[in-house]
Amino acid sequence: MKVLNIIETAYRATLEEQDDTGVWLAYTMKGVGADLDVLLRGNAVNYAVKGQDASGLQFGAWRQTQPPRLTEDVSNLISKGVAVFIVSEDLRERGLEGVPLVEGLTSVRRSELARLFGAYNQVWHW
Amino acid sequence: MSDKKTLTFALMDAPYENARSTTALRLIQIASKRGYDINVFAYEGSVFLAFAKQQRHPNAMHGRNAEEENHVLTKELVSSLMQETVRNGGKIDWVNCGMCVDERGAGEAVEGVRRGSPADFWKMAEASDNTLVIGTRG
Amino acid sequence: MASYLLIESRDPFDSNDARFCCELATQLAQQGDAVTVFLVQNGVLPARVRARANELSELAKAGIEILADDFSLRERGIPFDRLTPGVKSASLDVVIDRLADGWKAIWH
Repeated sequence: MKVLNIIETAYRATLEEQDDTGVWLAYTMKGVGADLDVLLRGNAVNYAVKGQDASGLQFGAWRQTQPPRLTEDVSNLISKGVAVFIVSEDLRERGLEGVPLVEGLTSVRRSELARLFGAYNQVWHW
Repeated sequence: MSDKKTLTFALMDAPYENARSTTALRLIQIASKRGYDINVFAYEGSVFLAFAKQQRHPNAMHGRNAEEENHVLTKELVSSLMQETVRNGGKIDWVNCGMCVDERGAGEAVEGVRRGSPADFWKMAEASDNTLVIGTRG
Repeated sequence: MASYLLIESRDPFDSNDARFCCELATQLAQQGDAVTVFLVQNGVLPARVRARANELSELAKAGIEILADDFSLRERGIPFDRLTPGVKSASLDVVIDRLADGWKAIWH
């Protein structure tokens, strides 16, 4: 069974969770042998942007020691053999053309999504 | 009588926050009435759907005491769905994501709910006729 | 040819991304797949006849089946006989039917 995981909602509880739970789930399932890939669409395309820094959160004496490193997590997915697709129009609409992105992404146009979905047994939208 | 199927549902939303949790339970209800085998992977806030410590309260706006208000407690819906599934000849495996339970302190779940991991979800999905993921939104 | 069930819980008045399902449904139909769009929760709001920003009729004209959860309609006071042309009310059972039949189901 081959599954495409769509990640769209971005920065939802990532500071508290210290990662994106959709990315985390895909990484963890891959680790147990799941045959899956990831599609970043909507605001989640911003996860591919280099230079993000979420460090420095402090509440009273409490300091966050492990801020989320979302770009690194996306990169780790790719290193683990997960194809990470990213919707080109969503990048463009957010002013991300020409901005340094994680290496190894596969760009897809919106018009290609139907064909992409056809290559998978199931498509899960997180 | 429908042919027996196995369906897996992945949930994310905590109860009392949005409509998705109710719709998810409605879908599970339909599958349970058909006697399907059902797997539920409760991820993130949805680990609270089966939280054993939920309690009723009164509702002053409606002028009802706790008993009259009879507030929905999702833990009761979960228990009821489990019984319905078994009554109709199905099996139900309700798994709370363990790390999600830990970080939320939601360890006390109603009987029949077990702790698990994403590995369980992948196994469930592979062994099912189909899987529906009901994602959440920020 | 594959079969897709797109479950749309969002509405265009609240979410700019409600167009995703409509665009995807059109693409899938154009490549020869069977497509059903099942509206649920606030996703039924544009199904009220004369609702603004209504792409649902265009989807129906393209041969895409559009169903609206009868409970969600009733919950919002949308009469079953006053729906946007091309939209029909249906029981949530349809979702379980299609899942049982192996349709690729995507919740949006």
